[in-house]
Amino acid sequence: MGALVKTEQAEAVAEQQQYLTFMLSGEVFAIGILVIKEIIEYGQLTTVPMMPDFIRGVINLRGSVVPVVDLSARFGRGKTELTRRTCIVIIEVGGDGGESQTVGVMVDAVNEVLEIPANEIEPAPAFGAKIRTDFIQGMGKVDGKFVILLDVDNVLSVDELAMLEGAVAVSSGA
Amino acid sequence: MSMEQALQTFFEECRELLQQMEDILLQLERVPDDPEAVNAMFRAAHTIKGSAGLFGLDDIVAFTHTVENLLDMVRDGKVGITSALVAELLLCRDHIGDLVEHAASGGEINAEFRNQGDMLSARLREFMGEAPELGNPQVPAERATMVEASGGGKVDGDTWHISLRFGKDVLRNGMDPLSFIRYLATLGEVVSIHTLVDAMPDGDSMDPESCYLGFEIDLRSDADKKTIEDVFEFVRDDCQLHILPPRSKISEFMDLIRRLPEEDAMLGEILVKSGAITQKELEEGLSAQWDVDAPLGEILVEKETVQQPVVEAALEKQKQIKESRVQEAKFVRVHADKLDSLINMVGELVIAGASAGLLAQRSKDGPLQEATSIVSSLVEEIRDGALKLRMVEIGETFSRFQRVVRDVSKELGKNIGLEISGAETELDKTVVEKIGDPLMHLVRNSMDHGIESRELRLQRGKSECGQLRLNAYHDSGSIVIEVGDDGGGLNREKILNKAIERGLIQSGQGMSDSDVFKLIFEPGFSTADQVTNLSGRGVGMDVVKRNIEALRGTVEIDSAEGKGTTTRIRLPLTLAIIDGFLVGVGESFFVVPLDMVQECVELSEEDRRNGKEHGFLNLRGEVLPYVRLCEQFEISGAGSRRESVVVVQYGNQKAGMVVDDLLGEFQTVIKPMGQVFRNLKGISGSTILGSGEVALILDVQALVQVAASNEAKSLARVSVQG
Repeated sequence: MGALVKTEQAEAVAEQQQYLTFMLSGEVFAIGILVIKEIIEYGQLTTVPMMPDFIRGVINLRGSVVPVVDLSARFGRGKTELTRRTCIVIIEVGGDGGESQTVGVMVDAVNEVLEIPANEIEPAPAFGAKIRTDFIQGMGKVDGKFVILLDVDNVLSVDELAMLEGAVAVSSGA
Repeated sequence: MSMEQALQTFFEECRELLQQMEDILLQLERVPDDPEAVNAMFRAAHTIKGSAGLFGLDDIVAFTHTVENLLDMVRDGKVGITSALVAELLLCRDHIGDLVEHAASGGEINAEFRNQGDMLSARLREFMGEAPELGNPQVPAERATMVEASGGGKVDGDTWHISLRFGKDVLRNGMDPLSFIRYLATLGEVVSIHTLVDAMPDGDSMDPESCYLGFEIDLRSDADKKTIEDVFEFVRDDCQLHILPPRSKISEFMDLIRRLPEEDAMLGEILVKSGAITQKELEEGLSAQWDVDAPLGEILVEKETVQQPVVEAALEKQKQIKESRVQEAKFVRVHADKLDSLINMVGELVIAGASAGLLAQRSKDGPLQEATSIVSSLVEEIRDGALKLRMVEIGETFSRFQRVVRDVSKELGKNIGLEISGAETELDKTVVEKIGDPLMHLVRNSMDHGIESRELRLQRGKSECGQLRLNAYHDSGSIVIEVGDDGGGLNREKILNKAIERGLIQSGQGMSDSDVFKLIFEPGFSTADQVTNLSGRGVGMDVVKRNIEALRGTVEIDSAEGKGTTTRIRLPLTLAIIDGFLVGVGESFFVVPLDMVQECVELSEEDRRNGKEHGFLNLRGEVLPYVRLCEQFEISGAGSRRESVVVVQYGNQKAGMVVDDLLGEFQTVIKPMGQVFRNLKGISGSTILGSGEVALILDVQALVQVAASNEAKSLARVSVQG
């Protein structure tokens, strides 16, 4: 797939102003590029049973097993449908204990890397974004439109991913 | 190696030696008359002292020196081994340990600490009796008298004895024998000269140009043998020369030999290095050996080149060097990180090998397939070898508890013996490191709460001495560690009451004993009536359980009231690579640890039909409950074809797993699943197949438990609704 975008080390040195924008069920979201390790084509995913919908499964990323989160399902908007442009964005989430965990995020399509200066970012609205407010880091203005900048640490909080799965197990068992 | 590194090695070595000392002491407490043990103890102390001296750690040197002196007396049988002495030496060992740790952390030694050391030293001197500062002088002196007794006959007084026979051609070669003797006198005082004329023939046959003279000379001199020999350098080839050192020199040589650096050396080289013989003498001895075919030492002694004790000392030295070399060869110190990265690489190799094998199979190329199969069998061997590198015997961990049991039983005023079995059982080093703390908790718990007081034991008709057992063995792909005691056992009622009181359960009805006993692993649970400083606060057992679960292990308790309790820890053998059995369910692949797999049977049509009603089948007359993986994991598109049952055993329970395909053995490199899946029950890890796909490793035990609890829950719901 031609849309492979590698983040270069040099770019990562730049201040947190650059964002990767991507599509999720027709809506544009963005993630700061500093946490992004790479973007790979969707494929060869192994489903992990007894996990909630938003954990799609695991993939083999050059020898390490990486969980893949379905962002759409995480936002409660149903499972992501597979298309030709479906990608997995590999993100490194810093754990609280200093232990970082690599997580893949399934998105419909990757758009581009944008520079959004700090003064172009508005705080998250109290409601109306249709996703949990703690998932939103801010609202970036791009061409006069608002793009939701995701707070990766909250969206992909390892504790929460693990805990929710426990809650689901209980509800399905009961 | 930098100084810092060397120092770290020293600390590491000290810790090992101290551990060794402790083991020996505990052994001595049981078997006091073991000269080898005392020797080993002495050597350990000596090594610590010596190495500490090298690094200028004077505190360690000073204190260890006292200990060493005492040990020396013990070795010589001047001080008997009593339990009081052993106790004292244990304290000393601890003190040395403290000193070493102090040095390691670079901390200053405070006055109190120093006092403690001084007190110990003072007490040690008491043990030594009236000889407070014992040096080593007796030892060489003793040896010296031995020399006389063994008849080093020619040695007379404290002088060199030179026995000289000039060759016939000396005069003809322009040498004057007298000048040599004169020159000899410049080296020291010639005490006596005895001229030998035995060789002088009758007047007729005498050749005035030949020399027939021989001399026996006693020389008092500080010069060494080489210098003396050099005097006769010009006639060396033309005369027979024996230089015997003075008696005082013998012990000096022996000392020198002992102090030689530990290099691999021939006997002759050792003797030459110490100065007992010269190179020339050695050569003569060697050429004589060519003719006689006897050990060099014997020849040298026979030729009176050197005295017996010196040779013996040299031989001992040689043996010592060899021994230390053997020991060095036995162990190579490797940083654990290097091993880990090796194991990781081997893991990758296994995966890469599997994918190469897969490609070869698809290619239908015979030779290629053969080549890859050879590679894969080699890889398998490498894998086993690499994993074995990390395997250590659990005995080392167990033997640490000798001391713990000894100290704690004294503290508690109970008489408790420790029985260790299965010490040679091997398990992964990473597991061993983490099992120490949980074991410590369990052992202390058993001693404090399990084993009753002396009076109570007698009252209950048990022997006065309590028994604690540590046992380890391998069992179907896991290692089992048991901590057992013959104490009072767990009181079911007491636990239940406490649990109800704490609101952990509603009632104890229908709970099996093992379920009840599991309650003691709940946080903050303690049935102890009184809290001691060892245990009883209810902190601990839950930590034990957590630690063991972190190692993918389980704990269970067996207890009979009045008879004792056994805690059984079951751990996976290794955390890295296992032999697996690959099965397919629908489109997914799963790995069952091969050691757990008992057999595979086909799920008959009848059983499949019955499966709607009940989840068990008849395995040769046995009832075998089974789990349908496709249902359990909600995998669609499965179950339409033929199905098989994988019969697994864990502990003493059996269960079946219904799967679609049996795909055979598979070398499974365990890949951690990460924190996201930490609460997932039934999957213990993942692995990567030859195709690059990820397969999940089943945690059979947990899976069966989940299935059982789901069934129990749905039944409960039915009964409530009904």
